[in-house]
Amino acid sequence: MKRFYYLLGAVAIGGGVALWYGAQRPAATSPPGTAPPGSATPVVATDGFHGFTLGSDTARVDVTEYSDFECPFCAQFATVQMPVIHEQLIATGRVRWRFRDFPLPGHQYSRYAALVAQCAGEQGRFWEMHDQLFFHHQWAQTGKNPRGLFRDFAKQAGLDLAKYDACVNAQRYDGRIQASVEEGTALGVSGTPTFFVNGHRYGGRSTSDDFKAVADSITKSRK
Amino acid sequence: MRQRQAIALLALVGLFVALYLWLYKIGVIGTLQCGSGACEQVQTSRYADLWGVPVAFYGAVGYAALLAVAVLGLRPRLLAERRVTLALAALATVGVAFSLYLTYLELFVIHAICRWCLGSAVIVTAIWVVALSAMRRSV
Repeated sequence: MKRFYYLLGAVAIGGGVALWYGAQRPAATSPPGTAPPGSATPVVATDGFHGFTLGSDTARVDVTEYSDFECPFCAQFATVQMPVIHEQLIATGRVRWRFRDFPLPGHQYSRYAALVAQCAGEQGRFWEMHDQLFFHHQWAQTGKNPRGLFRDFAKQAGLDLAKYDACVNAQRYDGRIQASVEEGTALGVSGTPTFFVNGHRYGGRSTSDDFKAVADSITKSRK
Repeated sequence: MRQRQAIALLALVGLFVALYLWLYKIGVIGTLQCGSGACEQVQTSRYADLWGVPVAFYGAVGYAALLAVAVLGLRPRLLAERRVTLALAALATVGVAFSLYLTYLELFVIHAICRWCLGSAVIVTAIWVVALSAMRRSV
């Protein structure tokens, strides 16, 4: 009987160590399956794309946000301030919001997150994926390969998963992301989130009240 | 006694398999060591959740129950207790039925086979066979 309990204990320890090892192993630099051989060259390079937008084309105030999906400040902005900005400024036609990718080099999965969001955008669901990535931001704290989780997000965002997989595996929009990074760097962006209001760098606080004040002042000065 | 020991060992292995799949599902483990990538296809399919809870979690609970009953059944005063044998057979039968349903989904609906899920199906089937043989002996 003693031998049985020793065996049971050994299996328990072995299984526990295997699980612990699986959870601790450093994740791959790039999630597996995202770059099949021969597909390293992005399908879409610099294609003149200037970011996904929200709001009216005729809005007097144009805000461009350079953001990184893995950045905690960006997540806080997206989940706390952005809903108010959307309700008060974007939905009312006063502000047009533009999202530009600026994945920071120190963030392991931010470029991959940018890629999955671009692939969602291909199916017209960029903002749904944007919200999934920011509202479920725990993935950015675990350091684990988020490939499966992002695919869950894609499902939640209502994407066609076969098209999503094809897009992500081919790294189809890597060129776009790189172009966005280069554009931001040329404009002096070095951290995220960074905002430009009507082409001018915005140095104020990133709160809905402050953006409302900026929109108010621009609207008044143009009357 | 031997059957209950075998069931306890198999249930412990099955518990780790189910925990592995569950930890992946909730994002604690980043990548499944699968070989073919079909594990992720299965685990990220809509059938990987049941009533909002990952299927793997139900598996972990089932294996934990089997393990607990088998180990408790090894106590001297319960060794001859037929209700323990019946409980193990009942739990294993539920497990096999659930595994059959999941394997059907993999083969005919999702069209992808997750090796870990298949491994779990084999383990629970082995437990079922041992539990049934224990029942026959106890008659």
